[in-house]
Amino acid sequence: MRVALFLTCVNDTLYPDTGRAVVKLLTRLGVDVDFPMGQTCCGQAHYNTGYRHEAEPLARKFSDVFREYEAIVTPSGSCGAMVRELYPRMGERARAEGRGDGLARTLAPVVPKTYELTEFLVDVLGVTDVGAYYPHKVTYHPTCHGLRSLGLGERPRRLLQAVKGLELVELPGADECCGFGGTFAVKNPDVSAAMGADKVRNAESTGAEVLCAADNSCLMHLGGTMTRLRTDLRPVHIAEILASTEEEPLV
Amino acid sequence: MSGTFVGMPAFPEAAHEAVHNTTLRGNLRHATHTIRAKRANAVAEVSDWAALREAGKQIKDHTLRHLDRYLVQLEESVTAAGGTVHWAADADEANRIVTYLVKATGESEVVKVKSMATQEIGLNEALEAEGIRAYETDLAELIVQLGNDRPSHILVPAIHRNRGEIRDIFAREMSEWGRPAPEGLTDTPAELAEAARLHLREKFLRAKVGVSGANFMVAETGTLVVVESEGNGRMCLTLPETLISVVGIEKIVPTWRDLEVFLQTLPRSSTAERMNPYTSTWTGTTDDDGPQTFHLVLIDNGRTDTLADEVGRQALRCIRCSACLNVCPVYERAGGHAYGSVYPGPIGAILSPQLRGTGSEIDSSLPYASSLCGACYEVCPVAIDIPEVLVHLRERVAQGGPVTERGGKVVLKPAKGHAAERAAMRAARWAFSHPGALRAGQRLASRTRRFHPRTLPGPGRAWSASRDLPALPPEPFRDWWQRTNGGRTDGGREGTK
Repeated sequence: MRVALFLTCVNDTLYPDTGRAVVKLLTRLGVDVDFPMGQTCCGQAHYNTGYRHEAEPLARKFSDVFREYEAIVTPSGSCGAMVRELYPRMGERARAEGRGDGLARTLAPVVPKTYELTEFLVDVLGVTDVGAYYPHKVTYHPTCHGLRSLGLGERPRRLLQAVKGLELVELPGADECCGFGGTFAVKNPDVSAAMGADKVRNAESTGAEVLCAADNSCLMHLGGTMTRLRTDLRPVHIAEILASTEEEPLV
Repeated sequence: MSGTFVGMPAFPEAAHEAVHNTTLRGNLRHATHTIRAKRANAVAEVSDWAALREAGKQIKDHTLRHLDRYLVQLEESVTAAGGTVHWAADADEANRIVTYLVKATGESEVVKVKSMATQEIGLNEALEAEGIRAYETDLAELIVQLGNDRPSHILVPAIHRNRGEIRDIFAREMSEWGRPAPEGLTDTPAELAEAARLHLREKFLRAKVGVSGANFMVAETGTLVVVESEGNGRMCLTLPETLISVVGIEKIVPTWRDLEVFLQTLPRSSTAERMNPYTSTWTGTTDDDGPQTFHLVLIDNGRTDTLADEVGRQALRCIRCSACLNVCPVYERAGGHAYGSVYPGPIGAILSPQLRGTGSEIDSSLPYASSLCGACYEVCPVAIDIPEVLVHLRERVAQGGPVTERGGKVVLKPAKGHAAERAAMRAARWAFSHPGALRAGQRLASRTRRFHPRTLPGPGRAWSASRDLPALPPEPFRDWWQRTNGGRTDGGREGTK
């Protein structure tokens, strides 16, 4: 199976460890992973801030770079949702504006082949026990786009529950937004910070050492809040936990 | 909309105070979390909720598509039943009509059943200017009116107040408006309710004119419907000699049968009840029973312009249940007042900039008053895709474009203050279209990482005021991939861990 890693621009630039974890994990599970160097950004920040026309060339580029692969895997619920939910909508809008079917036809091939990492593991590879070892107390935050746009459901929790040594504790108010929201965090800083602080305090109340999520953007906001609030919690992407083994543990 | 909200600051500034008001935050948190849990249970009881939601959406979309036809049918039915229909293009016209109708009765007082439409047009203030006093009779509305306050929630306008605050308002203000609060009033719910009951009973028995809104209007029979919990609304609807109902034109359903759907979805979504305690319906006038004169004032006030917008028109499906407010994490922190409108929360963030246009500071900031988490869409009983409309309106604010204003097409310019953002978005798009440029930028950032400040200047300051920035890694992923051939070799250099 020829699988492309769509790492996302945020992970590429700020969280290469997550990228290496995905490669390690998928390789361990027998998947041949490629990283097309032409990839950049899915255009979500442009689209959601109101610059749909700036997002369109990025969506076209995404399709050019990834269309030949059998599957496209991304460690981000949010960017995955951009491709799966919003690319078709971009095509529809272009059609409604009298610009023809071109955009819809260009984007259509990549839409059904794009999977968020936990979806790919559970639905495509059919595994929940990925042979991971992570002896820590962990609480899981299901990020909004993973939860509501992609409908990841119990997949991430099932994967975490199968990790050896891991104690999974329920996060109070788990399905409430952490307050990141892309440019929302900058445009509405007070509300965003208040939401982030509440999320961190809820996570702290579980006694967990690690707050895990499938989106580094949310974790960036929460991690920045954690150090500011001086908690002992650590933000860790689910890919890094799933990649951790007894031989090569994640520190 | 109401003059009360003119000159409101943009949402972020308005929310700033609320976020730091711990009493308000506590009141809102307690109230929204309680109703949130109850709603979820009430909805889970219904096995065909998804089908009801879809049916509600379909009925509303069908009605909106043929609104011209159903409005004519409604006028004919109301007239045949002995009522009189008036058409108001905007708030001023609606206020003029209602003021004229009240004056024609020779009265200088009216009792009101809670109505979003009359708040939207600022009717109470307009009547006051003409020497007519309007008494709010919904308990929460009464609290807001006595407190010289503004509503902060669609269904529970006084949600931001706790019992102690309400007691103080009653004790201080009731005598100004009529029967004073009893001596030694405490903050127990029963005593507060009794004080309100005694105060309001005098108004009901004296009033000759009632003003109402309506939750629904049935086109086939000309019937209006109000659902409520207290029975105060029914007093307003049945005791006065003259009833004036002020309703937005989108509130039509074609037939009685369509009500069946909404009388299930509205109470469960709003108060988490299986059925409303009071569902009142009235059709024109009936000899010797109820009001002998009935006027229906139908208001447009931006609705047909909204209807002209393909994406935004779904906001007109709204049945004002307020489920989206109760589940919204932004509303919970910012409070209703920050939205600068009688329609707060997620629905307000898409309704106000459409009904009023995006010209003012507050209206152009509302489409951004959301993290796009999608909880509002999930709970909406008529499936309004609020995040979709928010992004659509963001585009209107940031980029301008064609809109319908007063029936004519105009092309909006981008709102002020977005030039830097627009340039940044264009630059980012350019960099992302050229992987080489992106990579050069990443490398430069990584190599200079020791010199990066802990706090940011410009718009980034908002980030670093409350959160630390992540530290940049020594090399971006793509460099590692190339150096190590995707981890197949060690690349002759230590990993970055």
